[in-house]
Amino acid sequence: MSDTKKFLYVNRKAPYGTIYALESLEVVLIGAAFEQDVQLLFMDDGVFQIAKGQDTKGIENKNFSPTYTALGDYEITKMYVSQESLDERGLTIDDLMPLTYEDEDDDWAEKSSIIVVNNAEIAALMEEQDVVLSF
Amino acid sequence: MKFTIQVNEGPYQHQSSDTAYQFTRAALEAGHEIFRVFFYHDGVNNATRLTTPPQDDRNVVTRWSELAEKHNLDLVVCVAAAQRRGIADADESKRNGKDADNLAPGFRISGLGQLIEGGIQSDRLVVFGD
Repeated sequence: MSDTKKFLYVNRKAPYGTIYALESLEVVLIGAAFEQDVQLLFMDDGVFQIAKGQDTKGIENKNFSPTYTALGDYEITKMYVSQESLDERGLTIDDLMPLTYEDEDDDWAEKSSIIVVNNAEIAALMEEQDVVLSF
Repeated sequence: MKFTIQVNEGPYQHQSSDTAYQFTRAALEAGHEIFRVFFYHDGVNNATRLTTPPQDDRNVVTRWSELAEKHNLDLVVCVAAAQRRGIADADESKRNGKDADNLAPGFRISGLGQLIEGGIQSDRLVVFGD
């Protein structure tokens, strides 16, 4: 058995209101040290985790959304977003934070990590994983 | 088959700890191996020995402890999630300047790397929670 596995983190909850999103991000950051093939998927209310312009002052919670923009530096370059979940919430890709990485195979060109996928593509994505962690 | 089990919800409030326990017990009875059980989010509350349910109800915490003793299970509680929720063993309590500890027998406190390792080393990682 190879020691490199495909990990998919499925983020389904709004960023605030429950702690799932924050603690999922903590797993992603720790997991990055294990040099696995890591991907994130945002679906259902999870798409709000990467929404632009988050301001948590009113609820006295830490705004941890800037951390997502740093994931490219952890070699996490594939952030899948559900098209259906965006549509259901009246969101488009322009409502999301720019999430980018530097492609070492292309002279460190800055590229978007966001990949919008439909439900059939999400099913195929899950099918090809070794480990699916759902938060 | 080799399993790692992740428990994401606390006892009594939510069914998932019961289901995780029943799955773990059934897997062991069927001859499978449990590499690790990892408690995360409110799942860390399954590890407090101060839990005192009514006498005519199941004791979710001691049930895990007893299963761990019988099968030499590795029950791991996430340290970061545990600190937030006030779950501590004697060492953690002392390190954080607290005056009490509450970790139940058979559990140990460790880091999230233990969950990732479970995913890498096991044939299946099964998540119980919402």
